[in-house]
Amino acid sequence: MLGLGLAAFILVIVVLLALAELVAKRGSKALTAAVFLAPVGLLLGAGLVVPAARTLGLSMFDGSGENFVWFANFQWIFTDSGAQIILLNTLLWVVLTPLIATGIGLLYAVLIDGKRGEAIYKSLVFMPMAISFVGAAVIWRFIYDHRGGTDQIGLLNQVVVWLGGEPQAWLQMWPWNTLLLIVVLIWVQTGFATVVLSAALKGIPAEIQEAARIDGATPWQEFWRVTIPSIRPAIIVVVVTISIASLKLFDIVRTMTGGQFRTGVVADSMWFQAFRLGEAGRGAALAVVLFIMVIPIVAYQVHNLKRRQEETR
Amino acid sequence: MTSIPPANAPTPDDDNAVDVIDDITSKEQVKARPKPRTEVPLASGGHRLRKLLTSRVASLAAIVIAVLWTIPTAGLFINSIRPEADIRSSGWWTFPFNPNVTLDTYNYVLYSTGSSGGLVNYFVNSLVITIPAVLFPVAFASMAAYALAWINFRGATWLFIGIFALQIVPIQMALIPLLSFFSQGLTIGELTVIPAWNLSGSQTFIQIWIAHTIFGLPLATFLLHNFVSELPRDVMEAARVDGASHSVIFRKIVLPLITPALASIAIFQFLWVWNDFLVGLVFGGGPATQPLTVRLADMAGTWGDGWTRLPAAAFISILIPLLVFALLQRFFVRGLLAGSVKG
Repeated sequence: MLGLGLAAFILVIVVLLALAELVAKRGSKALTAAVFLAPVGLLLGAGLVVPAARTLGLSMFDGSGENFVWFANFQWIFTDSGAQIILLNTLLWVVLTPLIATGIGLLYAVLIDGKRGEAIYKSLVFMPMAISFVGAAVIWRFIYDHRGGTDQIGLLNQVVVWLGGEPQAWLQMWPWNTLLLIVVLIWVQTGFATVVLSAALKGIPAEIQEAARIDGATPWQEFWRVTIPSIRPAIIVVVVTISIASLKLFDIVRTMTGGQFRTGVVADSMWFQAFRLGEAGRGAALAVVLFIMVIPIVAYQVHNLKRRQEETR
Repeated sequence: MTSIPPANAPTPDDDNAVDVIDDITSKEQVKARPKPRTEVPLASGGHRLRKLLTSRVASLAAIVIAVLWTIPTAGLFINSIRPEADIRSSGWWTFPFNPNVTLDTYNYVLYSTGSSGGLVNYFVNSLVITIPAVLFPVAFASMAAYALAWINFRGATWLFIGIFALQIVPIQMALIPLLSFFSQGLTIGELTVIPAWNLSGSQTFIQIWIAHTIFGLPLATFLLHNFVSELPRDVMEAARVDGASHSVIFRKIVLPLITPALASIAIFQFLWVWNDFLVGLVFGGGPATQPLTVRLADMAGTWGDGWTRLPAAAFISILIPLLVFALLQRFFVRGLLAGSVKG
């Protein structure tokens, strides 16, 4: 199959480039652009735009997809107690993860800035970015593991025992389980925050910092009044990116608890409703809720992008 | 967070071979690289002591964070090379007192035909999924990025913003319709526009490739546009004046110039596809095409008798991305910064 895939790839590219050359010889700018944009346009249109529209429609049908039920699925999301927990959890994810990951990432970037071996420090915290969420979930399930008695194999409960406490089945206790799952995503995303913010820190002109110091600013003042304002755009980008990742989070919950013990989130329940319970309507409605939650974030990004485009033109 | 550490002037040690990230950021931001920051003369011995103290605290805090972030992976690795009985009875931190090492678990999960074995097949699945699912979106996105940046047609800006904004659509929103498109084709009323694909077994690789290509395109196009639009205008104009067509400019001038950028985006997409779980889960057709992540999640989900084999299995699945990350970190960081600092 790999050979087939590669052959298809070469064929498609050769045909596209030949077509582009043919059209370019005729000198039509619009047609050339059309050829260059055709694959992306077709795939995104057929694969994202149309399906999104269909999901929007599907969200107003029942599980079988035959009976129109108006907003019953949305009513279910906002009134069913199980579904409400899912919304609450998603809120916890999207508020806590970006704040804490960015906070630690910034602190760490500042602590190691200009330090000997800075790159190694950075690599260590950045490394979890390369690990899949499923892999991360397995790693952390071992940390949260629980068994009776004093011999623990999970590090968290071992620390609890060392401190004289009782080992707990953390992943079965709400809200601890959701908070501990959030820790996993923070672990993954902090490296991203560190790398981006560290680059931003190095972008602050040395003159500004020198000026602040000569004016007698304490390190504390310098941090809040010079450093933070200078890297604000980077901080915003990091927070926005991690927020979106938190909203769409699926793998960690599915692998660690399967959404049990009240750990469900919107993205996970969507999959569970649509593909396990056969409730396509409810699944679609949850996807729409996710969509609505992402809108303000991406709208903000588009606003920034447009401003930048206008500046460069 | 008590204070920032005194910024040391960069020492020659800062530029040794392992300084990958540092190296790349300093190259990206040559102009912005801080000069050796000169210290303001210190007022008194007390002040000096306090500075030394906070610098100690800062170093300690940095080390604590680095250790906390490394421990989970290190623990998994240690567990993966311990014998089953040891994993079952004691934590990995007891390893120094009882250092038994075995590769049996790796052998078992990779090649055994038992219930939690045979990972080598899923490993191959992951490879077969990943390679085309990286090539297609990167190639398509580079063509689109060129057209959007350098073929001055009406509405280019709006089209670009539109593609960027498509990140708004969560994968979850496209799953059900896309899946039914593959299984039922496309019919409008009674008219069958595209018949059902009827893919089964290893043929389902095709729908995984297509799904990954679609979901990777908005970000890849956006990132590549950032690079392509910064190519020097006079080079492009000179080529146009010489009579080169867009197709020739794209192949002979743009592609060679953006090779490093293509590498960055390819690594992005590689990590994304290799680490993906949802697309493989929904579009994969059973053991014939499911990637490693799906198998691993299955094993973790049941947490049955085979749970002692999870560390080895997990480590097999994270090995390739870790290697790619370690060797090609500079490209990865470049892509990351292009997407975020500018975006």
